[in-house]
Amino acid sequence: MIRFDHVTFTYPGAERPTLADVDLVVPEGELCLVVGTTGSGKSTLLRAVNGLVPRFSGGTLLGRVEVDGRSTEAVPPRELADVVGFVGQDPAAGFVTDIVEDELAHVMENLGVAPDAMRRRVEDVLDLLGLHELRHRPLATLSGGQQQRVAIGSVLTAGPRVLVLDEPTSALDPGAAEEVLAALTRLVHDLGITVLLAEHRLERVVQYADRVVVLPAPGRPVVVGEPGVALADAPVAPPVVELGRLAGWSPLPLSVRDARRAAADLRARLAPLAPDAPVASPARPRPAGRGPALARVEGLHGGYGAVRALRGVDLELHAGEVVALMGRNGAGKSTLLAHLVGLRPPERGSVQVGEAEPHRLAAREVVRSAGLVPQEAGLLLYHDTVAAECTAGDRDADLAPGATRAVLDRLVPGVDPRAHPRDLSEGQRLALALAVVLAAEPPLVLLDEPTRGLDYPAKRRLVTVLRELGAEGRAVVLATHDVEVVAEVADRAVVLAEGEVVADGPAREVVVHSPVFAPQVAKVMAPEPWLTVGEIAAALELPAGTGSAS
Amino acid sequence: MSRRRSSPGSRPRRLLHPGAWWAWAVGLAVVALRTTNPLLLGLVLAVLAYVVAARRSDAPWAGSFAVALKLGVVVIVVRMLFPVLFGNRVPGTTLFTLPSVTLPDWAAGVSIGGPVTAELLVGAFYQGLRLAVVIACVGAANSLCSPSRMLRSLPNALYEAGVAITVALTFAPQLAVMSSRVREARRLRGRATSGPGAFASSLVPVFEGALERAVLLAASMDSRGYGRHGRAPVRVRRAAAALTLGGLVLCGIGAYGVLDASVPLVLRAPALVAGGLALAGSLVLGGRRSDRTRYRPDPWAGEEWAVLGSAAAAVVGVIASGWAGSALDPSVYPLEVPQLPVAAAVGVLVAALPAWVAPEPPSLASVAAPPALEVAA
Repeated sequence: MIRFDHVTFTYPGAERPTLADVDLVVPEGELCLVVGTTGSGKSTLLRAVNGLVPRFSGGTLLGRVEVDGRSTEAVPPRELADVVGFVGQDPAAGFVTDIVEDELAHVMENLGVAPDAMRRRVEDVLDLLGLHELRHRPLATLSGGQQQRVAIGSVLTAGPRVLVLDEPTSALDPGAAEEVLAALTRLVHDLGITVLLAEHRLERVVQYADRVVVLPAPGRPVVVGEPGVALADAPVAPPVVELGRLAGWSPLPLSVRDARRAAADLRARLAPLAPDAPVASPARPRPAGRGPALARVEGLHGGYGAVRALRGVDLELHAGEVVALMGRNGAGKSTLLAHLVGLRPPERGSVQVGEAEPHRLAAREVVRSAGLVPQEAGLLLYHDTVAAECTAGDRDADLAPGATRAVLDRLVPGVDPRAHPRDLSEGQRLALALAVVLAAEPPLVLLDEPTRGLDYPAKRRLVTVLRELGAEGRAVVLATHDVEVVAEVADRAVVLAEGEVVADGPAREVVVHSPVFAPQVAKVMAPEPWLTVGEIAAALELPAGTGSAS
Repeated sequence: MSRRRSSPGSRPRRLLHPGAWWAWAVGLAVVALRTTNPLLLGLVLAVLAYVVAARRSDAPWAGSFAVALKLGVVVIVVRMLFPVLFGNRVPGTTLFTLPSVTLPDWAAGVSIGGPVTAELLVGAFYQGLRLAVVIACVGAANSLCSPSRMLRSLPNALYEAGVAITVALTFAPQLAVMSSRVREARRLRGRATSGPGAFASSLVPVFEGALERAVLLAASMDSRGYGRHGRAPVRVRRAAAALTLGGLVLCGIGAYGVLDASVPLVLRAPALVAGGLALAGSLVLGGRRSDRTRYRPDPWAGEEWAVLGSAAAAVVGVIASGWAGSALDPSVYPLEVPQLPVAAAVGVLVAALPAWVAPEPPSLASVAAPPALEVAA
């Protein structure tokens, strides 16, 4: 269905090709998962399928890309709209109309589908993706998962035979991700649509994949194969696969279900070693006691415009703890963080950080008491080079020259000082933004969705950094959907729903028994309260992450 | 404003054809443009507000009317402030005197400050009110149906231009969101969020963000077949586009001519008719290239005719009042108490009928509150 024939692609001005001599055939009806570290060219590969690369990106493409027998060299993406449906990373950025139903019909209007056929297809797609209740809703009022499903629907109505999705679940909370994936599997199984998708959160999708394409480090050939085989020594792997590697299971388990069936032995072996919940494991010694309170939120009400995002939140943050803030998209996580750095005044209730109310402080004073890395870390960076960014960081916070650079080197050593911040990898860019924030030495460090777009090695580095920050006696809060990272790093978990705190306690207690927020290892090992592969490795006195990059 | 009338019987809820709402709003705007009578203008405003309150939906754009009203207040204030500051001096009842500035000879026609008369203020208020009511008409149309639905009803030949306008309409709000994020990010770095330096250095990230979004949108539209060349020959496509554009321009000129009595006769009704013919021609040609289709085109039924008729009644009323010599433009020098022109007032009252005649809109945002913007910076 999709054929890449010796494809080499180089972005304009780049020294090395992003895709080097890729040979790939995706047969009809397969769900094919593209895997690789950040910067390995996943998005480029996907966008080449309908010719957005190189037509929208510039650069030179050598070789031949064919979809359904049509070459992307001969026709522009619009002429392929009836064959390939492409959904980008940010679905909301691609919406053309403002009502769900119209958005679904847009592609058919362009293709000239007869009106009665159009109505039928819209109804079919509404049912297929479970959107019928939303048909008259304005797109702006939908949640992230709903928007993603509408975006998929809006290309599906054209009746494409190939669906290309770039990170369809990365921005979604676990529940919404389930919705989207359920819809996708339905398309593959019931309609035989060929799906090519890239996703960093392998733990969510790998179990549904028929085949995996591993984009390796530059200069090595692409590996294509059955998921169990291809992932055996891929640089990135979800926790169940790592557990399988650790325990030496063959074939490797891909889903919680597979792993649970293989894990009976392991559970029995580990039963006597179980970590005494809620006290931490040997891998993550808990700080002896809570430090002094650094921030206190009482009865906080607040929101954006007419949206009441917070309705009476009480929270106390202590020195030396890493707190995970969890909850659905739109549960008020980001708003709470914004209040903690004084971006907006509370409507009711109070926010105290240190001795002061952050919204009453001048910007310069706030950065010394609380620092926030926003969801798009790049927004914090506005200079041309990493070096200029670091100098500006020193100047903003009245620090000795070189202080920001020193922090950056501690987080990620060896970032090229001449590089443009945009050209850094996601992980490096996040590190640079974090360095800028940390340089002012705030005792309270807040991160909003820091793991979005990070691959597993980058996440592991982030986890190490966050733990160090906690050990230094800072309070770290991360708002995240990534349950695996929560399992690795958090001491305490706070779950928000509809602007209220619905759970607050040691991470292990909060997370283990929740069907939504439990990490894979916890699901495999239940009822024993293990959270991560690292813990199990330590308990068994084996080196963690055998065969992986750590 | 949140009052919602329940419809008599149980008529099905549906959205009225956007063309009908726009025609209605344009009708009332024509009335407003032909008068400076504050009583009549106030009546138009009341009718607008009543119909909007009764028939707007709960979609995000339904708030446009309130925005238009606020803008109208600003317009009136500015309109009154200008003559006070740089007023052309007219005799009359002096209310108070501002300190005046003597300007050099080369600026002889301009005066700053000086006596402010009641006549001056009242005249400026009438003018400002007229403009504010016209703005309110546009706001009401926006509240009652989203602008992109109106654009959807454009003829085929203008389809692509219509989509381009829809996209452009979303650009301004996106720019606003983007710039508030950039401002917040500056604060997070401990920098000043106001002042010329802050403004200059936030321009680049704001435009970068907006452009990036534009490219993403373009890619999405292209991969969904926007701009496909159909099977119609290039000549036919061009002819259709030319006829449509030419027709619209002629209609625009004609409409202006009908409103402004100083325009030469040939640019009035004849231009309107010629424009209409050109549009009809383009529709025929556009219909022949059947390579693009419409999803659920809005039906034009009796209710649409009724709304259109009510707007026509308002226009006929104001024209009749004009002929009858009623006080459409009450005198300012000397000041007189404005009288309500009867025919025009009846016409405008008829234009309130859509509050009962038009179908109730379906509930759009019936499920829960919208999610918080994923912002925080």
